[in-house]
Amino acid sequence: MTWNDVVFLLPEIIISIGASLLLLAPVVGWRQRETSAKWSMLILLGITALTVIGCSYWVQEIPQSRSLAGMFALDGFAIFFKLIFITAIAMITLLSDDFLRESRYSVWEYYSLLGFALCGMMFMVSGMSLISIYIGLELMSLSSYILAGFFKNEEKSTEAAMKYFVLGAVSSGILLYGISLIYGVCGSLNLLDIGRALSTIITNDALMFGVMLLGAGLCFKMAAVPFHVWTPDVYEGAPTPITAFLSTASKAAAFSIFARIFYLALHDFQLDWSNVLATISALSMVLGNLAAITQDNVKRMLAYSSIAHAGYALLGIISLNSLGLRGVLIYSLVYVFANLGIWATVLMLRRHEYGGERVDDFEGLSRRAPFWAFAMVIFLLSLGGIPPTAGFIGKYFLFAAAIQAGFGWLAILAVLMSAVSMFYYLRLVVAMYLREGREADVAITRPLQIVAATCLIITLLLGIYPTPLINQATESSRWIGARAAIIPHAGR
Amino acid sequence: MAANYSVLLVAALIVLSLPVLTLFVLAPLVRASRPNKVKLEPYECGVPASSFAFDHRFSVRYFLIAVLFIIFDVETVFLFPWAIRFKQLGWFGAVEMAVFLAILLVGYFYAWKRKVLTWV
Amino acid sequence: MLNHLWLIPALPLLGFLLNGLFGKRLGNGFVSLVGPLSSFLSAVAGTVAVLQYHHQYPNGDRHVDVVYNWISSGGVGADLAFQLDPLSIVMLLVVTWVGFLIHLYSVGYMAHEEGYWRYFSYLNLFLAEMLVLVLGSSYLVMFVGWEGVGLCSYLLIGFYYDKDFAVAAGKKAFVVNRIGDFGFLVAMFLMFAYFGTVDFAKVSQIASGGVEPGLVTAICLLLFLGATGKSAQIPLYVWLPDAMAGPTPVSALIHAATMVTAGVYMIARPNALYRLAPDALMVVAIIGALTAIFAATIGIRQNDIKKVLAYSTVSQLGFMFIGVGVGAFTAGIFHLITHAFFKACLFLGSGSVIHAMSGEQDIRRMGGLWKKIPITAWTFLIATIAIAGFPPLSGFFSKDEILASALANPYFPDLGVWIWAIGTVAALFTAFYMFRLFFLTFGGSFRGTQEQEHHLHESPWTMTVPLVVLAAGSILGGALTVNHFLEHWLELPTFEVSPARAWLAMIASTIVAILGTWFAYALFGRRGLAADERFERRAPAVARTLENKYYVDEFYDEALVTPLERFSRFLWRGIDALIDGILALGGYVVAAVGDLLRFLQTGNVRNYALMFFVGVIVFIWIFA
Repeated sequence: MTWNDVVFLLPEIIISIGASLLLLAPVVGWRQRETSAKWSMLILLGITALTVIGCSYWVQEIPQSRSLAGMFALDGFAIFFKLIFITAIAMITLLSDDFLRESRYSVWEYYSLLGFALCGMMFMVSGMSLISIYIGLELMSLSSYILAGFFKNEEKSTEAAMKYFVLGAVSSGILLYGISLIYGVCGSLNLLDIGRALSTIITNDALMFGVMLLGAGLCFKMAAVPFHVWTPDVYEGAPTPITAFLSTASKAAAFSIFARIFYLALHDFQLDWSNVLATISALSMVLGNLAAITQDNVKRMLAYSSIAHAGYALLGIISLNSLGLRGVLIYSLVYVFANLGIWATVLMLRRHEYGGERVDDFEGLSRRAPFWAFAMVIFLLSLGGIPPTAGFIGKYFLFAAAIQAGFGWLAILAVLMSAVSMFYYLRLVVAMYLREGREADVAITRPLQIVAATCLIITLLLGIYPTPLINQATESSRWIGARAAIIPHAGR
Repeated sequence: MAANYSVLLVAALIVLSLPVLTLFVLAPLVRASRPNKVKLEPYECGVPASSFAFDHRFSVRYFLIAVLFIIFDVETVFLFPWAIRFKQLGWFGAVEMAVFLAILLVGYFYAWKRKVLTWV
Repeated sequence: MLNHLWLIPALPLLGFLLNGLFGKRLGNGFVSLVGPLSSFLSAVAGTVAVLQYHHQYPNGDRHVDVVYNWISSGGVGADLAFQLDPLSIVMLLVVTWVGFLIHLYSVGYMAHEEGYWRYFSYLNLFLAEMLVLVLGSSYLVMFVGWEGVGLCSYLLIGFYYDKDFAVAAGKKAFVVNRIGDFGFLVAMFLMFAYFGTVDFAKVSQIASGGVEPGLVTAICLLLFLGATGKSAQIPLYVWLPDAMAGPTPVSALIHAATMVTAGVYMIARPNALYRLAPDALMVVAIIGALTAIFAATIGIRQNDIKKVLAYSTVSQLGFMFIGVGVGAFTAGIFHLITHAFFKACLFLGSGSVIHAMSGEQDIRRMGGLWKKIPITAWTFLIATIAIAGFPPLSGFFSKDEILASALANPYFPDLGVWIWAIGTVAALFTAFYMFRLFFLTFGGSFRGTQEQEHHLHESPWTMTVPLVVLAAGSILGGALTVNHFLEHWLELPTFEVSPARAWLAMIASTIVAILGTWFAYALFGRRGLAADERFERRAPAVARTLENKYYVDEFYDEALVTPLERFSRFLWRGIDALIDGILALGGYVVAAVGDLLRFLQTGNVRNYALMFFVGVIVFIWIFA
């Protein structure tokens, strides 16, 4: 490690120092100062974001963008995702504000854990070695387990945390086993070295087994079928802002790392795993979308929807071309913001402890809060992939990538399933617009408004004028694209 | 594949069966067996066991202490190799270890202030 | 104007924003101004653009106005661009002017409704989306409008949200349309994958340059699947009759004149592709013919004034598909235009009747309205004559052109005769059920309650003026065919119809129109409702089947909806529960093992060692 490395790691260093300070704040007597907790968190996130942007300029100036003996890369891909994570966590902080104020739990620890989770995600997305990726993943996961059970006096929350932890630990074990097998065959943990080794090694069972275990572990993190079982229960049980975190930032982190590993390390090893992943993708889309149709609990419905979205995102990974890589970037962004907007609206409806969780709770929202109901429609359309919302752009890239890669059947299934997904997104629209609401009972607070409005602007703007996003995605994916031997603009 | 490792398996079986044979087969045959209550206690330290492991619940504080112990125990594992290469690592190494210890101290301080270390 | 085509849809969009954001606060006066005015300005802008276009491109070339590069990225680029060519001009004029008339009509019709601002904001949004649909220069832009009109249609069908059936109807419309949209989307991805573009002209150009015929057929059939959804053809027509739950002006605008004809536009637009795929054309024609006769027979036994018109719309759309299906694209579009006039007139007329009858929609409780609401009655009669196909009203010319083309088409001549025959029979039924509707509504004596009779009144001018204008259009629309004006102007591919066939078709059409009307008069004009009762007595099975619309809805429910729901439940209750169960079982096993372990945990270190060794041996044995 050199001073140069410190600069590379500066965002992570800042967020971890900040998170540690947040942890210490309550024990030096600031426990009651909850407003300052929120502001400290936001300021911390702001500084981190500025550092990331600063570092990105620094990286442009020096050609070599890897450090920690090649274990850590600060390429465009990583910076893109780091900024998504930071923004998402900032929004989750805003979402959590009122939610936590009504509870008896300490906010400082909560924000500190969010900070550590963010640190883990940021470190992970820069990981160039399976071991650094694993460390980041564990930091994120451990923080998420605690956050899922943060409301420790509530049975649902504890149960969710327990399930999440036990299954997460198993999946981590599987992941590690896969990593060790790959290491055994390739003799390195570095993604580029693995990639080089794979282009010369003849495929053998141990390698195949290792890649499969690695894929299974990653599929667990992104909740793809058949590793999805934890999702509905955990999403339902966790505190709503944490569900928002799990379904947005945490999921985008899983997408990102899946893409990085498979594009950088396994691109010469494509055929063996792409069919397996294609099956997983197909299953996720079918099961997620069909099972969501009959859910009456919004959190469960969105959990199944997020399973389906993992299926879509996998399209970008298995297609292994420039379109797919950019598709993962674009899709992660539009997915995160459409979902955060939905969660903001769900939180507006909290009328009692579990309010806003049933589809019925949305009844008559269009008359109680017309603007936010409209925003919700836009978010749902975006998730359904209907133009001119941003979701359409994301799907366009993913589906096009799949077709280009020869997965036409999968693309057709994906189109069909996104048509099916409108069935259940529509249930919320029906409830909001076409049902008489009960007594006006919404709590539209300033932070929720800020989140929903920001998400609305992003979702609409990037749907109507996506060029900046597409250019950014092209730029950000260049480094990985070049190493994965896929030429940018490979499209016809 | 199996053939290559079968030698290893046989070797392992032989090696492993030695202690098993001596401990569980030979020893009971040749030793005198006159057990009494005190001898059968897990820890023959003279303090009478208050209960069996079967039906005793431990206070959660034991676990907290145990976890804390492991954390600070592992810390020393990092300290030894660092100490050996201290001169070569120079100031950078010193600062880095200081950072590492600081992180641990944060946790220690937090645990202390949350009264984890006080035994009620 | 030509370089600012985006203004045409942007004006109603602005209206939507103003009404949606401020309408509730600023009151009905503001909404009544902004709603119709924005659609009027859009119509004027559209007309100005058309005149400029005519001046600039006398040859009818394509004018493209690129607003900006929408998705710019190597292979998947697409512009947000609008275009004008004769075909989109026809659609543009129909949509804007009929749209404006219906906005105007709505001011009177919806005056006392709650949610007036909501209604107008949706209606404006619809207009904007419809204009995007017809002006878009690529399949992608068209798709934006396509989805948008679907959404608006759904919101407007469910406008009376306090009625459960309206909500259900809205949902059904959206869901059924999604099936069609799936076809559209897949077709679009195929074009992108194989042609690398979704621009109308470029796709046609590449396809004409020689590609695999199977691919073109697939694309055409998928596009047609989209069209069957939006234009309510077999098998996806089921949503349109239910859609009548929406306000009547909406039925006139969206579910008769504009949106539902988008499917026809969708076949006429890529006519170059369709001509390369005669098989696809044949499918279009067959589905069109079947839908035309199927829906016409159902129309005979419906008693809700709007339901009759709904089935009539489905049937007339079938005619349009026969037209484009046999390759007579001009004829299809011609019928689209005339239909827009007379069907909008009929729907608005029915709205006026319902208005006069204090909300009554059942024709069995009407009758004798001829004298009470004369303007409505006269315009309704004119439109009925037009749809029944009497010369020289507009419906005759367009329908006749379709049937003659079916008879003479060069793509599948043998089948063409049959399609013509089916179409002619459907035309007979059309005349019959339309006049049945007319006689039962306006003829005979009043059958409603005293209160309703007391309340009967002609509608205000905002409602009658559109009726008169549309009725005039229904009379004069046929003029478009004089000197083959439309044909020359649209410049769509066409073929010769020999005079003998043309005469045969024309005479047959006239005869069936007269016959159908005569039957209707003989039965319903003289006997009134008694005729229906006699039909029920004579052929109860047929009567019931028709009344229940051949039980198609029931069939769909049983065959598709219920199994899908069951499957969904199975997936999360069954599969997930199964996996959950396995995990729970795992939990029990762990607990049991835990008990066992606790038993083994005797504190004897030698036993621990034994277990450790056993474990290692087992492990090595398994993996060696």
